[in-house]
Amino acid sequence: MHSRFYGSRLFDGFNVIILTLLGVITLYPFWDTLVVSLSPLDDNLSSAVHLFPRHFTLAAYDYIFGMKELWTSYGVTIFVTVVGTLISMLFTVLAAYPLSKSSLKGTRVIMFLFVFTMMFSGGIIPTYLVVKNTGLMNSVWALIIPTVIFTYNLILMRTFFQTIPESLEDSAKIDGCSDVGVLFRIVLPLSLPSLATITLFYAVARWNEYFNAIFYITDHDLWPLQLFLRGMLFQNEAAYMSGGESTFLLGPSVKMASVMAAALPILLLYPFFQKYFVKGAMLGAVKE
Amino acid sequence: MSTPENKLVLSKVSLPDKKVLRKHAALRYVWKHRYMYLMLVPAVIYYIIYHYVPMYGAVIAFKDFSITKGIMGSPWAGFEHFQYLFGLDKFWRVFWNTVQISLLRLVFGFPLPLIVALLLNEVRRQLFKRSIQTIIYLPHFISWVILGGLMVNLLALDSGAVNSMLHGIGIGPIGFMSDPTYFRGTLIGSMIWKEFGWGTVIYMAALAAVNPQLYEAAMMDGANRWQRMLHITLPGIKSTIIILLILRLGSMMEAGFEQILILYNPAVYSVSDIIDTYVYRIGVTEGQFSIAAAVGLFKSVINFTLLIIANRLARMTGEQGIY
Repeated sequence: MHSRFYGSRLFDGFNVIILTLLGVITLYPFWDTLVVSLSPLDDNLSSAVHLFPRHFTLAAYDYIFGMKELWTSYGVTIFVTVVGTLISMLFTVLAAYPLSKSSLKGTRVIMFLFVFTMMFSGGIIPTYLVVKNTGLMNSVWALIIPTVIFTYNLILMRTFFQTIPESLEDSAKIDGCSDVGVLFRIVLPLSLPSLATITLFYAVARWNEYFNAIFYITDHDLWPLQLFLRGMLFQNEAAYMSGGESTFLLGPSVKMASVMAAALPILLLYPFFQKYFVKGAMLGAVKE
Repeated sequence: MSTPENKLVLSKVSLPDKKVLRKHAALRYVWKHRYMYLMLVPAVIYYIIYHYVPMYGAVIAFKDFSITKGIMGSPWAGFEHFQYLFGLDKFWRVFWNTVQISLLRLVFGFPLPLIVALLLNEVRRQLFKRSIQTIIYLPHFISWVILGGLMVNLLALDSGAVNSMLHGIGIGPIGFMSDPTYFRGTLIGSMIWKEFGWGTVIYMAALAAVNPQLYEAAMMDGANRWQRMLHITLPGIKSTIIILLILRLGSMMEAGFEQILILYNPAVYSVSDIIDTYVYRIGVTEGQFSIAAAVGLFKSVINFTLLIIANRLARMTGEQGIY
């Protein structure tokens, strides 16, 4: 009995150590990057593990916030995040609601056709050609429209709508509410936590968007934040290596300040919105 | 009055009448639910234009596509592009790179979230449990570009924290981002670092649905922690494990396009150029649309086949599957 008790205690001890280590491994890269961005160049060029800045300076931030390109890319990303998320939510909610009614004729077929696109796709090139032909090249709309609905989010939203008791909707209909009225006056107010979750899923994806931009945006004035960051991190190295004109190398402080400029909004808001993401994971788990 | 001819005529007339009636019933049904169907219209248009038209567009893999002639106007080429590709060493290299990287991701990336979830589940102090859970899935929400930045910093040859530590024990410096020997390890490691926390959260969500009475009953029967984990916790999340595994197997041809496109460079093409990056370069950059589309279609078909097989296997073991 005693040995079992101590064995269990020993396990608890190890468990806490392992999990704490995982936490440190997750957070340290962010911390190290922050420290480098706040340190003068000379400190960063000497090899060391950075726990705290030895000399504190905001010079790197002064430099990047003085760049016009940073502000235009913030503008593009904020537009895509706000407008893109609103449109995506509208499309997703409007489709998820009728699809949540399995009694409505045709919805099963339509749902199957939507989900099928997760299993089979025409591929990168045919999609690229469609975007090109629909006139979205070098337009911020290319960062929104071609991925306006995430099928996974649509499934989550539909699953949630299915949990709302139909009797509530029926009584509203008897009071003379139309289908649209029921959705906006009865169903949506009951779904606020789920709406928040899915809104955040879209918003984070739009904020992090770089993929469509690589394909569809060649005009540097329309680069979103993530492409600006990519340019700061990798592009000048490539230009330097290939012996291009730009032989000016950005120091680690400036590069890491750009990383922080792109990551900070997410990092600062994360503690407030993370519980909604757990809710999203739960919705997904319940579905299965 | 009712001569045989008349009957014949009558029945001839009444047939379309029934059809019209049935049609009217259908029309009435649609009209009654018109707002419901109208709500679906934006989504239907979106899926047609950006998913189903590209599926049709994949026929350019069998054509000599040129932008000026369009999909319809371009001449057929049959299997010419596929024959060309299958004879190409480069093609097979990106194919095997894709398979190998994907398998490494599966072998090293799949078990970790499960193990961490089981460990977290044994923690009794709720505050500690929730704090760790919240911290470890933070990286899921940052972009691959930002992660690329963190890696440039941490893995830098001369001044990065990792090489500094390795230097302390007399190793290196190691070119994690530029040396073909280590680059795949860098890819797998960074993928795991970014995603293991989110995987853990998914298992934790499934674990929250396990009935606590089962644990109480097991404790009364004298089951120890290990036995409880083996006989209650694991069976409780078995279907989640299987579904995640099906999805993983169904995307064996996805080796992390977004990640590799940011992190790779010509120095490490030999070990990290995958089907998607290859398609991107020959298609979007070089404009060889038909050949690139052929590679993409090849990949889509393999993915689809694997998904079907994985789902069958799951059903054979008595699980629900994903469809």
